[in-house]
Amino acid sequence: MTAKAQSNPTDFIINTGNRTKIGESILKLTMILCSLVAVGVTIGIVLSLVVEAIEFFKKIPITEFLFSTEWSPQTALRTDQVAAEGKFGVIPLFTGTLLISAIAMVVATPLGLASAIFLAEYASKRSRDVIKPMLEILAGIPTVVYGFFAALTVAPFIRWTGSSVGLEVASESALAAGLVMGIMIVPLISSLSDDVINAVPQAMRDASMGLGATQAETIRQVILPAAIPGIAGSLLLAASRAIGETMIVVMAAGLAANLTANPLDAVTTITAQIVALLTGDQEFDSAKTLSAFALGLLLFMATLLLNYFSLRIVKKYREQYD
Amino acid sequence: MTSTNTSFLKGQAHLTKRHRAETRFQMMGRFAIALSLAFLIFMVGSIFWQGKSALQTHQIALKLDLSAKNVDPADIRSARFDAIIKAALRETFPDATKRAEKRKLYGLVSTDAGFELRNQIEEDPSILGGTQIIWVSASDDVDIFSKGQIDRHVPESDRRLDDQQIGWIDNLAENGAIKSVFNTKFFTNGDSREPELAGILSALVGSALSLSVCFLLSFPIGILSAVYLEEFAPKNRWSDIIEININNLAAVPSIVFGLLGLSIFLSTFGLPRSSPLVGGMVLSLMTLPTIIIASRASLRAVPPSIREAALGMGASPVQATFHHVAPLALPGMFTGAIVGMARALGDTAPLLMIGMVAFIVDVPKSFLEPATALPVQIFLWADAPERAFLEKTSAAIIVLLLFLVLMNIAAIILRKKYELRF
Repeated sequence: MTAKAQSNPTDFIINTGNRTKIGESILKLTMILCSLVAVGVTIGIVLSLVVEAIEFFKKIPITEFLFSTEWSPQTALRTDQVAAEGKFGVIPLFTGTLLISAIAMVVATPLGLASAIFLAEYASKRSRDVIKPMLEILAGIPTVVYGFFAALTVAPFIRWTGSSVGLEVASESALAAGLVMGIMIVPLISSLSDDVINAVPQAMRDASMGLGATQAETIRQVILPAAIPGIAGSLLLAASRAIGETMIVVMAAGLAANLTANPLDAVTTITAQIVALLTGDQEFDSAKTLSAFALGLLLFMATLLLNYFSLRIVKKYREQYD
Repeated sequence: MTSTNTSFLKGQAHLTKRHRAETRFQMMGRFAIALSLAFLIFMVGSIFWQGKSALQTHQIALKLDLSAKNVDPADIRSARFDAIIKAALRETFPDATKRAEKRKLYGLVSTDAGFELRNQIEEDPSILGGTQIIWVSASDDVDIFSKGQIDRHVPESDRRLDDQQIGWIDNLAENGAIKSVFNTKFFTNGDSREPELAGILSALVGSALSLSVCFLLSFPIGILSAVYLEEFAPKNRWSDIIEININNLAAVPSIVFGLLGLSIFLSTFGLPRSSPLVGGMVLSLMTLPTIIIASRASLRAVPPSIREAALGMGASPVQATFHHVAPLALPGMFTGAIVGMARALGDTAPLLMIGMVAFIVDVPKSFLEPATALPVQIFLWADAPERAFLEKTSAAIIVLLLFLVLMNIAAIILRKKYELRF
């Protein structure tokens, strides 16, 4: 009796143990595979962009793509047509993207920083709890809504204001797209900078105030210099968001590839051109379609660099005071 | 004595100046916040203002001859309903004699009016056999004129409706033959070239299908990889690479995901273009980093004592995680998922890349049929030249924002209700 009774529970334990072990290994393997999906996505992005871009550079030399100043990717009506391939110089798109992003940053940086300083240093906890989520609504509104608003309300308003003071304003001006985009990225700057400012140790504030500085002087001369790296990180992140933003520029900035620095002119951006190239009829091997992937690669690399540096700056800064 | 006095006064003046600077500095912050919020309120407010009129539409009463000569009660479908309506219009306004005038007259009612009439007769055949007064949809021009959005003082050549048409509409209005009704078609129809027939149903269904694919893919993958990275992964270079990679992926522009979908899902795998399946797959790639980051934060918030207690009672690490830690973190994971889905609902650019920008009239019935999504529908309508699409676009934006608000409220409730407090 004893022998049997003893062997049963042990068997039971060993059996479940084995079963659990196998089950656990399968589960662990699944989890590892799942975490590799994210890596796979990055590899997929790089591969698909690079492969198609190489195809494109076989048709159009990379030097022409990077350094030529004319962008007009027409498709040929006949194959023997002169200049059948169109012109693929990325510089006007690049300057257009920079112009709109710069306008957006000029709008968003003061608004975002002033909001962040107010929220972190002046606002009571209660008003902070109300204002911060309200500002973040701005980041949650779909960009197609901003695009609609920019194209139908802001652009005509700027045009009207311009004409009443005698300025010629394009109906799809860089200014309209940039202004609206700037408002969109305000919460990106304000939230991150707010966190960074809050991370500055209280002792530094107390010391400065103890020496008789006013609160504004403390912020300007002690807190902000200490928080500058983190703030720079948040600005870089916002800039990367502005460069990659698509719908606002598609709807409000138009497709005219002008090489200009005048915010009242129409410009186009990398993202707007990708959309224009890939919506509508397309043959997959034409230089026109493939050029969208070369533009995508350029965009991906630019935003990746900005993100990488901003994350590193923010991380490095945080470690200083922890 | 005098010198100390003036230096004291100087100090006083300096202090006043410094205090003024302080006030100015503080006002700058208030002003920045006020300006941002004012923009938000103005934008949403103006869209609501433009969009609310889309909830109403106008109908015209016509005296229709539904005798057996026009409609055979035994074979209703063979009747020429458009002709009946045109005849009634000609009878009401005999002053339209030339062909061009008649065409303008027929333009007062919607192109769908004949179809509506047929439906009404099929629903209630008893109205047949005599002259009946029937309400049919007005055309978009009549609709927006009746809403006061066409100014009759504008020169005739710049107007969508000419003087004669406005005369007819005024005549109808005086006789009580135009009424405003709730616009059900906006919620029950798909897209249409005719603004008065265009609705958001097919776009809504397309969005729902894409989002369900997105959720089914990204939620399980997201939480499993979050659990692995937070609870099991050895702290080495590989897990560092995965972590950096996820953070970078979260900041990649959404249009790049669309390019990935176009090149890999469509060209390489040959999945059907414009389908909610591919749309959902692309959106899930975008949502994945958001869900992973939120889920990891939520797992980190579970106190180690729970884990240690489970391990102390003899649970294996997998059991401790899946029986004790993960259930506590689940509400936080759901919150992250809802926030991610809300972003996916509003995203347009990647869907344009994979061709979900098609003109879709029918409601998609499967994951493989061509479909469009709500934000893409907004983008398409925003481009349409007809004045009447302006209010439709705004109304579609209102619907989109309502869904986003609902999702965010759900996320807030989840967070408040199940927030971990230890």
